[in-house]
Order: sequence, then structure tokens, then C-alpha cells
Amino acid sequence: MKHQVSIKINGKHYSHEVEPRLLLIHYLREVVGLTGPHIGCETSICGACTVSVDGQAIKSCSMFAVQADGTEVVTIEGIAANGNLHPVQEAFWNEHGAQCGYCTPGMIMASKQLLERNPNPTEDEIRHGLEGNLCRCTGYQHIVNAVKAAAAKMGA
Amino acid sequence: MATTITKHETLVGTSIRRKEDPRLITGTATYVDDIQMPGMHHACILRSPYAAAKIRGIDKQAALDLPGVVAVYTGEDTKDVGPVPCGASLPGLRVPHHYILAIDRVYFVGHPVAVVVATDRYIARDAVDLIEVDFDPQAAVADPEKALAPGAPAVHPEWPDNTAFTYLQDGGDIDAAFRDAEVVVKERIVSQRLIPSPMEGRGVVADWKSGDKALTIYTSTQIPHLARTLIAMMLGVPEHRMRIVAPEVGGGFGSKLNVYAEEALMGFVAMHTGKPVKWIESRRENFTTTIHGRGHVDYLEMAAKKDGTILGLKIKLIQDLGAYHQLLTPAIPTLSVLMMPGLYRFKNVHAEIVGVFTNCVPTDAYRGAGRPEATHTIERMVDILAAELKMDPAELRFKNFVGNDEFPFATATGLSYDSGNYAAPLRKALEMVDYDKLREEQKQAREEGRLMGIGMSAYGEICAFGPSPATPAGGWESATVKIEPSGTVTVLTGVSPHGQGEETTFAQIAADELGLNLDDIVVQHGDTAIVQYGIGTFGSRATAVGGTALYFALQDLKAKLKRFGGMLLNSDDVTLGNGVCVCNKSGKTVTLAEMAGASYRAMSLPANTEPGLMATHFWEPPNFTFPFGAHIAVTEVDRDTGAIEVKRYVAVDDCGNIINPLIVAGQIHGGVAQGLGQALCEIAVYDDDGQLLSGEFMDYAIPKATTMPWIETAHTVTPSPVNPLGVKGVGEAGTIGASPAIVNSVVDALSPLGVRHLDMPMTPERIWNVIQKGVQS
Repeated sequence: MKHQVSIKINGKHYSHEVEPRLLLIHYLREVVGLTGPHIGCETSICGACTVSVDGQAIKSCSMFAVQADGTEVVTIEGIAANGNLHPVQEAFWNEHGAQCGYCTPGMIMASKQLLERNPNPTEDEIRHGLEGNLCRCTGYQHIVNAVKAAAAKMGA
Repeated sequence: MATTITKHETLVGTSIRRKEDPRLITGTATYVDDIQMPGMHHACILRSPYAAAKIRGIDKQAALDLPGVVAVYTGEDTKDVGPVPCGASLPGLRVPHHYILAIDRVYFVGHPVAVVVATDRYIARDAVDLIEVDFDPQAAVADPEKALAPGAPAVHPEWPDNTAFTYLQDGGDIDAAFRDAEVVVKERIVSQRLIPSPMEGRGVVADWKSGDKALTIYTSTQIPHLARTLIAMMLGVPEHRMRIVAPEVGGGFGSKLNVYAEEALMGFVAMHTGKPVKWIESRRENFTTTIHGRGHVDYLEMAAKKDGTILGLKIKLIQDLGAYHQLLTPAIPTLSVLMMPGLYRFKNVHAEIVGVFTNCVPTDAYRGAGRPEATHTIERMVDILAAELKMDPAELRFKNFVGNDEFPFATATGLSYDSGNYAAPLRKALEMVDYDKLREEQKQAREEGRLMGIGMSAYGEICAFGPSPATPAGGWESATVKIEPSGTVTVLTGVSPHGQGEETTFAQIAADELGLNLDDIVVQHGDTAIVQYGIGTFGSRATAVGGTALYFALQDLKAKLKRFGGMLLNSDDVTLGNGVCVCNKSGKTVTLAEMAGASYRAMSLPANTEPGLMATHFWEPPNFTFPFGAHIAVTEVDRDTGAIEVKRYVAVDDCGNIINPLIVAGQIHGGVAQGLGQALCEIAVYDDDGQLLSGEFMDYAIPKATTMPWIETAHTVTPSPVNPLGVKGVGEAGTIGASPAIVNSVVDALSPLGVRHLDMPMTPERIWNVIQKGVQS
């Protein structure tokens, strides 16, 4: 039995028939073709699949597509505006916040949410805010720098 | 903060933001799981839930009956595929035949038994549950020391002693060293099993073109060319009809320096179904079936004089191999013993390695691969000796370092250390923490009853693998440089970066040599159909070996460019530089684009010169490189909870010349995180039945953002004489330096309680128990 879902993703409306068990991450990646969000653990620990659903950063490996019916979803592909990188993206680039890049889309989405809630976070607040996103490459230090730099730029 | 230079100036040595990042930060990079093909099937693998069992039968009918299931293959179907290869050889090595799917017996939890091929990944996973396997569980053994005990279950019944090999390495006169010793310290030191945990697990897409009899395998690997040679052999596909593509690779840390059963299995499936097939490893599969790292139990004895002069070191190294040899499994502990003397002058060593089969997933190269274990043991032993002699650990190290006038230094293990100033990083690190003042603070803290520790490590490592005779598969590297007719440049490198940033650093090298802008250079890698044969990325070799191959290819090309410049300027007296060729007499210039255009248009050619501008260089390194450094960790232990706070972390590394300081800092930070993870929180735990208890990120604790201290980095620069770039390698340094610095620090913190040694990971529970014992005694 399939269910109809209508989801606005990165500003565009999508409507599909999906199995109720289809995970949102698989819907985004395989049905809609947005492969920016990644799957790192399938158990909601690593955060590589982080996207925004109705303004809340969520781990899309732990949500069914049918649960996102009627919502507005933003993925990493949707945060640059008019060809300009989002300040968090720009900061990850400038500060070398990405190495292999696999955690990066989720890390950027979580960082973006963090700055929306707390525009001027301390180092400690940044680290706590990103605790739900794992990175095996960077030791987090350049990610912390990136979030600080983005905060400075967005506050300026 | 990175600069964003695009106009030409010297780029080597500058913190330039990476060329590869735009695709990573916008979610437009293509990892294996992002590949879609028309008609592509999905595979899911049935794996053994038992560490040891006989297979009495497999009933796959229910799975085959599920709509959407295309095929189910078992070991009977795939038994003619060649074994999963081991590239390492040691005298008398026992090598079990490693079928890609189990035949009649499984040897570890996660052992692949059958593969389902279906039209959809959910259906494939459903169908796995419908296969009935009649397992007959057998006794298993998961601990290497228990496996060596008489009467232990045999992992491979044909070898009841569970011993895959023993290996001896001797240097100098160890008996004399211990005869002359005034003090001997002994310790058992464990470098626990770790799970590499790249954020992207493994994944494979295989595509068979029957008309061409050609197989393409997209796989998340660090070694596309070696994988091609080996998988072609396994499948009986001629190598020139096999293409391997390493697309964007989401981290490896050594775990993808391998050839796995699933890579050949997907090739088999594609060839048998005639359709492309994708297999993506789940995290659980990654933890149970991708190689683990470390897994040593080391028994050490160090001989010394009372003045602190180290005379010699004996080690018995028990290596947990797991159930099979993967590509380099038995070679890893031999690297450990090579680096056993560390940065010290002593010339007498004796090492015995016992390689032990266990009913666990194989161990193999994980970031540092043998060197973290070596450094951990020597740096722990030096601290234990310092405590025994009541000497300052820094003073003891200074006393024993190889001197600056002793290079190249021949070690007791047969290596030739290339260059060094071993005291310099330690001196600098001590200055950065204001060591004398810190010891005063520690005194004060102890008076207040606080457990504060200061720990250091002075590490040396062996990198830039390496001279081919000393490596299992060739240690050279290759580069091709093509100047296109328009004057833009394509670099093809045989290394296979997966996060290390060589698309940027290699472009920096090429831009400087050719006098071009960074944007004029593109670096391609990872596709055997595009790139000439190469070895790959591992062992901190990419820049030192691959960058050097690039450097020499650029020199060849520059010589040819100069001939075209001379032709166009009608002069023999020309100079090439800054992207132009200048006639030294007339001062007239031609641009690189003009020379390139002339070389391809070929209206006329310089004498003895072919059209076109392309150069390939294969570079064989004459030696390894030997980076070194010193790390200091300041810790405080909470008496009530056993929790460890790393209050300061200072890393002073000497990796030779630095191409991009921002990237080097990132490598150090990430390396330290993995060493700190080993010291504080990571351990692969198997129970006595061989079940992996730490089988998910919930139970296997890799460092989070909150786990990590701020890392203060600094460098000393001792160029390597081994290559013209003077680089040594930096990918593993942080990992190697970190675990002993942190453990030494915590042992120092707990030393007032009589603690002399702590094994890793130093979890709060373990430390709390140690404190309780200390308080009671």
C-alpha cells in the first residue's frame, strides 16, 4: 500500500506515491534525486543526513517520508541563494571545515540551525550544538572556526 | 583563515582554501551511493550471526520467491572466484583460503554467507531475512592471548595452535645490553582493537558491458589501481578490460587500503545478472566486516643505565589478526617493530611477533598502521623508566635522542632516518606550555588534592611508502601533466586522495612550477581509465612520493616548453619562468598558451621534438621519510567520577617543508582526534563468543565536538633530503603522537596514588576503579 506525499523541498513542490516505510533520507536521495544529505549510520547518531524540516534540523534517516507530508524541507542543495553560498558554506570553505566532505552537508545544516538559535555562540556552545554530528576527519577544530567565522559574518 | 589567491604568486607554503570544497559544501559531490544507473539492482548480504559455525545447509527458495528478487548467490556459486588477496608475505605465513562467500564454515560475526540481488534496496534487505541457513555453532575464541592458550578453540581447524606466524627481529646485542643494565623496567602494554569508522562506509557499484567484456567497478577505495589488478585476478577478467573508479571517497584511514570480498562479489553479480548492481555497507556491517586496527598485546623490557642512558629494548608482540589475512594484515606488526626504537639512539633490540588467529574481523592498516602502537609502547616505556629513575621525562628524552650530527642515522632495526632535529619540537612544546611553571602549578594542585598530569610524547614515524623493494606492491608513484592547447593544465596523479586535499596542494606545486594561476590547474585522480597506473593514498605518502612524481613530470615538461619557446622566439638563449618564455637577448616573450598552441598546431617543431605537451613520470623513492615531533597534554582527573579533562594539548610537528599550512593543521587536528579517541574512549569489544558488543556508534565512542580539546599547533621544519620538495608527510602524525602524550599525562596525574601504567581506553569507569584501589592502598 502506498501513500501520497506532498512536500516542498528547497522551494519546489514534489508529490509522490511512497511506501509508508520509506525513510525520508531515501526519499530525498533516491526519489527526488537530492544526494547532498548522506547516510552515515541509519541510527540517528552521526548526523550526516541532517536536513531542515519546517525550520528544525532533523536526522532524516530516522523519519519516514510520510511523516514529512505537508512540510517544507530544506537540504544542503537549497541553502545557497542566487548563486551565492550561504555564509556557513563560505565559512566551511575558508576555514577548511571539510576534509572528506561526507559529514559536511549535515554539519553545515546543523551549524546553520545553531546560528539561527544563537547568533553569537561561544566555543563551548558551538561544540555542544554540534554534538549530534560526527566527523572523523577534522577533529572539529576547523569546524568550530567555521561556525565562529560564519557568526561574525552573519552578525556583521 | 584561508586566503583566496588566484593571481600568480608563490603558492607553495600558503594557506589556500581547497579547490575540492565547492562540491563538498554544496552537496554536489558524487560518492558511490550517489551513482544511479538505468536498470540498476541492489544487493544485500546475509552475514553470519555466529563467530564460528559450520553451515549445514542454505535454503534460499523463500527469498527467490519474493517479488522483486532477481537472484540469490551463495558460496557454492562463487567458489571459483579467486580468494580475497593478502599482499604481505612472511616466512612460514599460514594463509587461510579466503572465499568471497563462506563455503561450509563461518569464521567471524559478519562473515558473508549469501547475497540477494533485487530491484530495490528495501526488497533486498527483506529477502535476506527469508534465507534459511542451518548453522551449527562451534566454540569461538576472540581474545589473542586466550587463543594461544592450550586447548583453545581452533579458529581454523587445520591450525590448532591459532598461530599464523612468528617473526623475529634482532639488532645489536640485546644480551649485552641487559647484562650491562643497571636498571630494567618491564610492562605489559595493550594497544586495543579500534574501528576505523570513516563517515562513509564502503560501497560498490559494478557495471558489466557484455558486448565489450568490460567490467567497471565504482568502489570507495584508497587504491584504485591495485584494486583493479587484484579484483581482475579474482574474477578472471583481463586487467585491460577492468576499470576501477574511486569517486568521492568519504574517508578511509587505512580501512579502504584493501581489497574486499564485496568488491569482487559485486563484479560477479553484475557479470551474472547482466545488470549494474549497487551494494552499500550499513554501519553495522562496517563495524563487523571492514578491517579493524591495532589489536596488540605487547610485553616490554627496557634496559638502561642509572644515568638514564637507554641500552636496549625487548618486545614480545602478540598481534590479534582476526580470522583472515586481508591485504596487509600480517605486515602491520612488522612495521611496529621497525619503529620500536623511536627517536632514541640505543642500538640493541629484540622483537618477537606472534600473529594470532581469532574469530574476529581481520585487523589491518588503520591510521598509523603499526607506528602508533610502536610509539605508544616506546613512549610509555620511557616514562616508566623516568619514573623508576626519578628523572624528569623530558630530560630523559633529551638524553637519549639521536643527535643532529648523526644523520642519516642507521637504526637497530635496519632503517636509515633521513634527517632530524629531535630535540627541537620537544623544546618548543615545553616552551609553549611553560613547562617549569606548569610543574610548579602541578605541585600546588597536588597539595590541594587535585589530580593534575603533564604528559609528553616524542614521536618518530616512517612515511612516504616507500622504496619498492621494501613494500608489498611497489612503492613508487606516478604523475602525468598535460598542458592543453589553450595553456590550461591537467594533472593526473596516481595517488587517490579522499579528504587530504591533494587537488589543491598538487595544483599549488604545478602552478608554481609553470607560473600559472591555481584555477588554470585541475588535478584528476581515482579513475583507472583516465589515470596512468598508480599506487594510491596511504602511509602519509601522497605528497612525498606522488608530489615528487609530479615535480619531476613538471621538470620534463618545462624542458620541452623551453624548446618551443626558443623556437617561437627564434633564440637558443631563453629563460622559462612566471608562465612565459623570455629571450634573454631581445627581451621578447611568449606565453605558455602560445607555446602550447604551437606545440599542438605543429606548423614547425624544434629539433628532435614531438608535437604536444604531456609528460609522465614514475618516481621511485630512494628511502622512506621520517617525520617527528613532540606532543604535550595537560590533564586533570576528577577524583569522584574518574573523568579526564584534557586542559591543554600542544602539538609540535616536523613534517619537513609545508605546502599548505591550513591543510597540514587539519591533518594534525584530525590525527590527534583519532589518537585521543584511542586514549580516552574507543575500543572494539568482542565477548567470549566473538560477538561484537561495540557494533554501532552508540556503543563505539568516536570523539565528538565536545570530546576534543583545543589543539595548539606549531612546527619545526627539517626538510627531508629524500625528495626535492623536502616534504615528509603528515597524515598520521597526530594519531601517533597523541595516545602516549595523553596516557603519560593521566599516569602522571595518578602517580601520587602509586599508578605506574594505564591501558587504553581510559574511560571514567576504568579510571574511577584505579583511583578507588589507589585510595584504599
